[in-house]
Amino acid sequence: MWRFLVARACFLIALVVAASSAMVAVTSLAPGDVTTERRLEGANADQLARERIRLGLDRPVTARIADWIGNAARLDFGTSFRYGQPVLALVTTRATNSLMLAGSALALALLIAVPCGLISGSGRFPRLAGVVGALSLALLSLPPLLVALMLTVVAVRTGWAPAGGMQSAGADEWALGDRLIDLAHHLLVPVLALGLPLAATLERLQQAAVAEGTTARHVLATSARGVGLGRWLWRALWRPTAAPFASVVGLAAGTLLSGSLAVELVTAWPGLGRLMFEALATRDVPLAAGCGAAAAAFLAFWTTLGDVVAWWLDPRLRPGATS
Amino acid sequence: MAGSAAAAGGHLVNGARRAGFMVLAVIGAAALAGPLLATNDPVTQFREHILAPPMVPRLVDAEGRWHLRPFVYPLRVVDRLERRFAEDHERPVPLGLFVRGRLVAPLDAKAGPWLPLGADRLGRDGWARLVVGARRSLGVALVACLGALVLGVAIGVAAGYAGGVVDLAAMRVAEFVLVLPMLYVVLAARATLPPTIPPSMLFTLMTVALALLGWPVVARGVRAIVAREALQEFAVAARAMGASPARVVWHHLAPATWGFVRTQGLQLLPGAILAETTLSFAGLGFAPDAPSWGTLLYDAADIGVLHDAPWLLAAAGAVIAVVFAINLASLSIDPRRDPR
Repeated sequence: MWRFLVARACFLIALVVAASSAMVAVTSLAPGDVTTERRLEGANADQLARERIRLGLDRPVTARIADWIGNAARLDFGTSFRYGQPVLALVTTRATNSLMLAGSALALALLIAVPCGLISGSGRFPRLAGVVGALSLALLSLPPLLVALMLTVVAVRTGWAPAGGMQSAGADEWALGDRLIDLAHHLLVPVLALGLPLAATLERLQQAAVAEGTTARHVLATSARGVGLGRWLWRALWRPTAAPFASVVGLAAGTLLSGSLAVELVTAWPGLGRLMFEALATRDVPLAAGCGAAAAAFLAFWTTLGDVVAWWLDPRLRPGATS
Repeated sequence: MAGSAAAAGGHLVNGARRAGFMVLAVIGAAALAGPLLATNDPVTQFREHILAPPMVPRLVDAEGRWHLRPFVYPLRVVDRLERRFAEDHERPVPLGLFVRGRLVAPLDAKAGPWLPLGADRLGRDGWARLVVGARRSLGVALVACLGALVLGVAIGVAAGYAGGVVDLAAMRVAEFVLVLPMLYVVLAARATLPPTIPPSMLFTLMTVALALLGWPVVARGVRAIVAREALQEFAVAARAMGASPARVVWHHLAPATWGFVRTQGLQLLPGAILAETTLSFAGLGFAPDAPSWGTLLYDAADIGVLHDAPWLLAAAGAVIAVVFAINLASLSIDPRRDPR
């Protein structure tokens, strides 16, 4: 296990370095830079040249990438060109917001997907399985971007949820409990938009895994011994599928990140995706690199977490196990 | 009894799949016939019809009389500030087939535009933009899918047939690409280009980018099938008889993958359609004068406007319909869903 974790940590570092270097290269090679806006505001050539030297924009791309990696190794992620704030602080706040959204959506998806997949995969409830199958097919066809758009329209028309953002105006002065309720209220639309399609995908996977398990000998034996339905479902049927399912959920990190970006754009959720979008659009090199690094770290961390949870759930995966 | 239930399920699945293919065929035909189906030019701005509601074709007039020829009531602005419109019941405008190069259009050209799906913020015909945009959106997705399939088959066959280092390298790369968040990558790649680029170039770039992100699933499956088939007697025999690797691959191994490749193509399509939609929605895709479904959503993405003009979301409905039809069409009578 430790060797595996060390290997994954190396992978994480490599991924972060690759993603952030790519971001530095992308924003540097792109036409225009942050000073373009200043020129439009009427700054003269001399001022612009000095500004470019101050921001290090006069140096070659390779040198800038090397600088970024060197500074990042000392945990100095630079200052955003546009916001004038340390990148680390900006990215952490936004990444926390994204993580909150992605985490809640995943929790919702799992809460729906696991029981539904068990019902449709076990073969014990053919009618219910048909309903679940039809529902998951419909949800599978509703991408987060469009669900977010439509739910927002519904929310605005009926007023059951706010149109966007993360908190109401002036919420900073409220008591903690009120603020949490306000936050949950704002989370409603983005979490549903991101979580429902994911639930359908996970239900499919869970269903397939459970259906494959129904022919296992221990499942037949437990059934033959007359073990009660609930116990049979959870202990005999679901438990062995939990570990491979966890690794697959780990692989859904990319989907979750992409979906989260689309939802953030629609619902104005102040997350990592929107920050990166802005950073790329304004050629904010340090901020884009920081966002790339955070996204890469999230990706590597999430996939690793999936494998660790699988390892924890299934003793058969541990070294020394005989099977 | 369980047997009959399973058989009924099978019929249902077959019917659903057929319905899916039929819907896809209709939408595909509509996309091909785009300019003919469009009721107006997709970029013409009707200044008198900004955010006009859909104009439904009728057979029954306001007095309850039936008419043989379908007609619409033209819209009259009641309140320019609040964008309220009223139907003009005095002057019904009859519709005709094949009028002025359009499939269905008002017989009288001077009676004002017919807007079957309403108009957007600039007074452009929503239906015209939808059918013309279909070609662009579905075109990008289709070409990107074909690209991903070709790339995936090529890499998968090479990896499965050659084995060893080639196999190992190809599969590691595939795993890496597989976990990448598609949108982030496309967004970063798009940022290197100027904000506005010609639609044809954007079309090419988008398809290339989506193909480069879509191949791994195909390659992994093809590799597994080819590696398995290469050990079969007929493949070994062909090699022993001196067939060149290209011949063995093309005539003996590749045919086994076609079924898989076909289903994979169908499964890649929704992702590609959504990628185009999201990219254009973010303002990085097709420009407003070259509408695609994503561009339409970009134009619609103003909650204040959407609140009063929900018909601007027609493109969202179109995307959902296509994706749902694809999902129906790729349904299989999964043996694992069968209790036995």
